Formats: sequence, structure tokens, C-alpha cells
Amino acid sequence: MPLLQVDDKGLACAAGGFWIDPWKPVPVAVITHAHADHARRGMGRYYAAAAGLPMLKRRMARDADIVAVPYGERFELGGVTLSFHPAGHCLGSAQVRVEGADDVVVAAGDYKRPVSPGTDPTCEPFEVVPCDTFITEATFALPIYRWDPPEDVATDIVDWWDANRAGPRERQKVSVIAAYSLGKAQRLLALLDRELARRGEARRRVFIHGALEHMIKGYRDQGVEMLPTFRVGESNRARGSVNPFRGHLVMAPPGAMAGPWIKRFGSAKDVDTAFASGWMRIRGVRRRAGYDRGFVISDHADWPSLVRTCVETGAKKVLCTHGNSETLARFLRRQGVDAEPLATAYGDEEDG
Amino acid sequence: MRRLASLYDELDRTTSTDAKVAALKAYFREAAEEDAAWGLYFMAGGKLKRLVQSKFLRAWAMAATGVEEWLFDESYSTVGDLAETVTLLVDAMTDRSETHADHPGLREWVEDRILPMRDDSPAAQEARVLRWWRELPRGELFVFIKLMTGSMRIGVSKTLVERAIAELTGLEKQEIAHRLMGDWEPTPAFYRSVMDPEASDVVETSRPYPFYLASPILPHDWDYDDDAREAELIGGQLGDVSDWLAEWKYDGIRAQLIRRNGRVFLWSRGDENMTERFPEVVRAAARLDRSFVLDGELLAWDFEAGLPMDFGSLQTRIGRKKLTDNALREAPAAFVAYDLLEDDGVDLREEPIEARRERMERVLEGADPALMVADQSSASSWSELAVSRRSSRERRVEGLMLKRRGSSYQAGRRRGDWWKWKIEPLTIDAVLVYAQPGHGRRANLLTDYTFAVWDGETAGEGELVTVAKAYSGLTDEEFVEIDKWARRHTIERFGPVRHLEPVHVFELAFEGVRLSTRHKSGVAFRFPRMKRWRTDKPAAEADTLASVRAMIGSDGESDSAH
Repeated sequence: MPLLQVDDKGLACAAGGFWIDPWKPVPVAVITHAHADHARRGMGRYYAAAAGLPMLKRRMARDADIVAVPYGERFELGGVTLSFHPAGHCLGSAQVRVEGADDVVVAAGDYKRPVSPGTDPTCEPFEVVPCDTFITEATFALPIYRWDPPEDVATDIVDWWDANRAGPRERQKVSVIAAYSLGKAQRLLALLDRELARRGEARRRVFIHGALEHMIKGYRDQGVEMLPTFRVGESNRARGSVNPFRGHLVMAPPGAMAGPWIKRFGSAKDVDTAFASGWMRIRGVRRRAGYDRGFVISDHADWPSLVRTCVETGAKKVLCTHGNSETLARFLRRQGVDAEPLATAYGDEEDG
Repeated sequence: MRRLASLYDELDRTTSTDAKVAALKAYFREAAEEDAAWGLYFMAGGKLKRLVQSKFLRAWAMAATGVEEWLFDESYSTVGDLAETVTLLVDAMTDRSETHADHPGLREWVEDRILPMRDDSPAAQEARVLRWWRELPRGELFVFIKLMTGSMRIGVSKTLVERAIAELTGLEKQEIAHRLMGDWEPTPAFYRSVMDPEASDVVETSRPYPFYLASPILPHDWDYDDDAREAELIGGQLGDVSDWLAEWKYDGIRAQLIRRNGRVFLWSRGDENMTERFPEVVRAAARLDRSFVLDGELLAWDFEAGLPMDFGSLQTRIGRKKLTDNALREAPAAFVAYDLLEDDGVDLREEPIEARRERMERVLEGADPALMVADQSSASSWSELAVSRRSSRERRVEGLMLKRRGSSYQAGRRRGDWWKWKIEPLTIDAVLVYAQPGHGRRANLLTDYTFAVWDGETAGEGELVTVAKAYSGLTDEEFVEIDKWARRHTIERFGPVRHLEPVHVFELAFEGVRLSTRHKSGVAFRFPRMKRWRTDKPAAEADTLASVRAMIGSDGESDSAH
């Protein structure tokens, strides 16, 4: 019997009596990261990487029973040895290494690899953990997906922002960029901070949607350097013709972009919208989503990273979850790797 | 090409038409004339024909990236655009040096690099293309691959391009639209003439002559039952048959095919510019490499049979907004020329018709099959001509045109020198009584119709009895219009079938009609189709069963060679 198996509640370890990222209530949950499709409320006890604790706490009920374990430190559940290892997806995200009597399984959760030369200033880089069975994500498992160095994307974003803030104030536009609230928003704020410093420019304040505030604070508390942020709700729209947001960058979760919230920044001609996501690699996707600009930057592994990682773990068996799991499994099989898709409930939200 | 790539980006990055127009204006201001001419060509929908087959493009992309076919197909189905798929794969999966020291302009790319590839072997093409793929930055890579697929749809409508140029030149948009019509060469000279507020000969080039129209020789109510009587009547009016030229009368769209200053135009008699609807004809004219104005008939042509197709096929070419490959394949067009009005800049209209005709035959010698000369029929007497006119239906023509020898090309409808001698058409006017939805592309659209005629001797009296079903012959727009109307004027529904108020009359054309015991009406039509929507005719004036039966001969079938 395999050490880990998908049941109706999640990725179950019968021997250890726990579930990894379960989607239904279980007594013991081991959490890879705090994204909503991986960390759900209602579990008896949570085990999570210590670096991700502040973010996880913000997602959980106040009285949730959470055990934080530092990266690399081994602990036991029901005679099975576990440890967390950096996944590089967002701050505190972890791969779970599970060691049974006969074999080692690594469930990587969501992950990304550094894109040369850039690394993510907001979290610990992915660590290759040798194993017998590797459970990989497959969100962007098509050879059309390869990410540019994040520094280049930051350059593009500042160029875009600058173009929108060129000219006299009354002709400047509001630059509104959509970014997921945990991971992407903070990564952008950190990358933009570095980009402005590289240009020898002063730091600029970024307006943020209220939903981003908690997670940004969580990152700041852990010492991540980012541009200063200012909540949109606190700056009341000035009366008369003066639009206080002109020339500024506003960051919001994608969900806020379609609603009435964005109207406060003016009419369509006053606002330039963008979305920072791996999905923006495809023109048709961006056009359907209705953004003016798409910045291709993702916290998931691109195709070359997925393939490389599966090989580097030395795993004899690879199981592929969410996204193009069938495609990645088929490709790996054709490369001589024993691989198959694994049906899970991950990937429902906050993907990309 | 770099400038075009950045224009593409700018257009792609905004949904505002003002911003797009601004980007276009900046492009036309900044790009070199020779490059802007090509840019304008692509924006106006121009394509590079017969360049590289997409199967080769796919194969090269797979070879360059090491991506297997199944994975390429999965990528393609996600991206939805071949050029973009290839761009993304090449960008993601190959090491690209991007050491491009030189930045050739668009003209150089197209004329000196891309077009000459046509003559290369696939292997040589592959070697070149793969090298460029390695060297081009991503934005230009996409433009380059787009160009190789033939079409560079740049994300702006032609109207927007016309608006940008109108704003730049201070001219009316209609003037610019006129200037951009037809088949022009993207030369710096042409580009300058488009952008020149003072230029006056840009449109002049395309202008057709007034058409000379023929009149019917037979009276409106002629009963067509006796060839000898017909010959007598015509002889009485026209005199000696040797004074006349007879040519077959084609049932198409009357048009002038104009080639001047290297540009081709096709104008219908209704003063409609058809240039873009008949690319094969335009191409054939462009290959002739001389200036002329031809008068003739546009037809859908069955090249295998060497015969025209019916008018309905031709309508599939004019009834739709966009010309699809399918329409081009299923209704290939030909221009059947019967007069030469101008040759090498010389107006020939005052020349005798035989001289014009002879000169025309020389001009069209060796032309593509899509550009042909109308067949003539010669006879030593009017009655002989009346007999040969019987072959009209086999020739799929409407009868004969009679043109007086020595006559000039006149303007408008002038009785005397040009006559049409038509055969009796097999048509009836019937009332639309039932409609139901079609299939495929026509799913959920009421396009399958049942028609009825009056069951008595007199139109408008008695009952309407159904006689025929027809599905084809109308334009998409007409189908949509009828669909809308039918949904609001349904008397009763039987499942998908709607019983409609008997209001609309259609002229149905058919190959024959015979007696039938299987139909309530007692008659059956062969290949009935809608010839036209008789919006001018009320239901009370539709045909009767008696008039339909009168078409049927004593052997129980209509005489299709009537």
C-alpha cells in the first residue's frame, strides 16, 4: 500500500493518521502553504512550516490548533517521520517529506524554482529533496510556459507605471494592477522596491486594496523589504475634479477588478489595468480577462522547471496534481519516468 | 519590423479606439515610407500569398523545440493561434542568442528576405527560418511568424486605419477608404499618394465607365411557344442577322474589371466595389501586366465542367461579410469579359464593337482561367439562332445577347444596338408558409422553408397548398432577417416547425417540374431553390397550382430545354 493516497478528504497517510492539505475536516492536517485551496478551516490540528505561521494564522479561526515546525526539522506522526522543506511558492510555503518504513514520498504542494538570475526576495528558495515518489503540481505544464527573469518583469511594470504617470497631473492615469493577495502582491512590492533602487529612484508609495493588507503586514513582520503601502479605503476620494490616484500604482486582488470598487479611480480612460500572472503569457487569455496589460510572472514552476525538478528528485514515481496533470504525466512517461496524474481538489482558487 | 512589432504591442495593450488611432498615427508618422507602405498593406488585410505551408511551420517548430506532435497540439489548442503557439514554443524551448546587430526595416524583411523564400526548397526555407527564429527578439519573432503564416491581422479594423490616415491628412474618411480599395502594391509611391492631402489621381484610377445596358427584345408577356414566330419577330425588328453579333448571356453580376497604374478594381453596375470579394479575378487581372477596362459578367464558375454555377452560388460570395476559404473553394469565381472599353490608357468606346472585341481577345490571350472571353454563337439566320438558343439551359446561360456590328459602347439604357434575348425561366413565385431551424452553422436559425401556391385558377383565391421546400439561395443577412420576422409571426408551432403568416413571396428557381402522386399538390420540383425574395410582391399575387401545372408537358415533365 502506498504511503500516501488520495481519499475523499485529501492526500491521506493511513500509517501516520494525517492528511496533507485536506479539503474536508480531518483530525490531523499537514499544510503546505496558506492558499485557500490548500489550507482550509475546520481541521482538528494543523502542522505547518514555522515560516508560514503568520500567514496561516490569518486564514484560520482564532482558536485553531497549529503546530509550527521549522524547515528541515523532523517530527513524527503515528510512527511516520515528516519534515518541511522550502517550496519557493510564497513565504513559508513548504514541501512535505514523508518517510515510511520502505520509501520516501515528497508532496511538493505548489512550488517554483528560481529563474536565472533572479530569485524571489520574499521567500526561501526551493530545495530539491531526494525521494522515491514525488508529488508535483502541474499548473503550467505545457512547453509554452517559461518565465522571464522577474527583474525584467519588474522593469516592464515600472516602465508601464511611468508611462501612465507621464505629463501633467490631470492627464496622468491610475495604474491598477491585479495580483493575488498572498505571494504575488508581496513579491511585486519587493521587486518594484528593488527596481526603483536599481534606477536610483526614491521609493514610491503604492495604494492597496484592503484585502491585501493583512498578508503584506505578515510579510513585513518577517522582515521582507517592500515598497510602502497605503490602503485605498483610508484615502477618501477628493471632491471636485481632482483624482488623488492619478499617477499612482494601485494593487488589488483580481476579484476586485470587475466590481464597483475600481470605479473610484475614474472612468475607463483614466485607468490602465494590468494583471500579473503566469496566465498572461497567452494573449487570448489576457484579452478575455479584459486587462490592458499582462505581466507574465508566476509563483508556480514553469515547464522547464517542472521537468527539471521531477528528474532532480531522483524519484522513481511521479504523481501529477492540478492543472495539466495528464500532459505532464504523459510527457514524463515518454521520457521513461513512471508518472501518472493524481486527482485532487487543489487549484480551485488563487492559481497562477 | 521592430517598429511594426511595437505598434502591434501598443494596439494590443489598449481597448480604447482613441488610443489605437493615436498609436497608428504615430506609426505612420515615424515609420519609413517604404516600411509604412507594407505596414499599411498588412493593416488593410493584405496577405503574403503562397508563402509557407502551415504544416512546414509546425514541423520546423517541433524540430527547433524538440516538442513532440501531441504536445504541440495540446499547446496549440490552449493558445488557439498557430503563430502565437510557435512563438511561445520557440521562445520557451530554444536558446536564442538575440544578437541581432542589424534591424532591417519591414520592406527589407518582406521583399528581400521573406518573399524570396517562396522559391527555396523546404530544407533551405527551414535553415533560414530557424536562424531568424534564434535571432529575433520575442515581439518581432511573433510578427515574423505571423507574416509567414500569410496574414498579419494586427488587431485593428480597416476603419480605424482609415480614421487614423484621415486625421493625419485632414481628408474625409470616405476618401481614404476609396484610396485604400482594390489591389494596390505597397510601394513608397502608392503610400505617398494615400497620405498626400493634395493627391487627386488616387481615386481616379479606380473609376469605371457608365455601363451600357441592353433591353429585352421579346415583349414582357411573350409565351415562348414557337421558335419560328420568335425568329420572325426579331428579324422584323433587327433586320439581317449578319449585322449582329450574338453572344451567350450569363446570369451573374455585371461588372467592370479595371486595371490602371498597377492597381485592380472590380465595380458592379450598382456602383459597388467588389474588388475584395473576388480575389481570384483580381489576381488574374494583376498578372496581365497592362492597363485595361473590361466589361463583363462575374460568375461562380465550375471549372471542371467548364460551365457557370447558378446565381445562388455566386451569392455565397457576395452575401457574407468575410470571404472564407470555404466560400472561395465552393464557389470559385470567374470574370467573363465581353467588351474592352479602355486599353493602355486609350478610351475605345467609340470604336466599333468588332474591333473592341478583337482587341480584347488579344489582351486576354494567356490569361488565367478566372478571366475568360464570352462565347459567341454564329448563325446564318434568326431561326437557326433561335434553335441554338435552346441549348442555353445546358450551357447554364440565360439566353443570348444581340449586339449590332459597328456599334459603339454607349452609356445607360439606349434601345437600338444591344438586346437581350432570354429564355423562358423556370421559376414560380411562392408563399413562405413553414419554417424550421437548419443545422450546423445554421443551428437555431430558421432557414429551412416550405412554400405554397394558390390551389385554384386564380391567385389570391382558395387555399394555399404546399409545393416545395427550399433551403438555399438567400444571403446570411436575409436568413437572419426572415428568422427574426418568422419568430414574431408564427401562427402555430409543431415541434421545431413554425406555421407562418402567409406574407412573404419568394421566386423559386428549379431545373424541372413533374407530376407526382407523392405530394399533396400533385407536382414535384427538381432542385428548387430560392432565387430571390420578392419583397415587391404580396402573397395574393403568388403563382397558382394551375400555372405550375401548365409548365408540365404532355409527357408529365417540364421541357427543361425550353
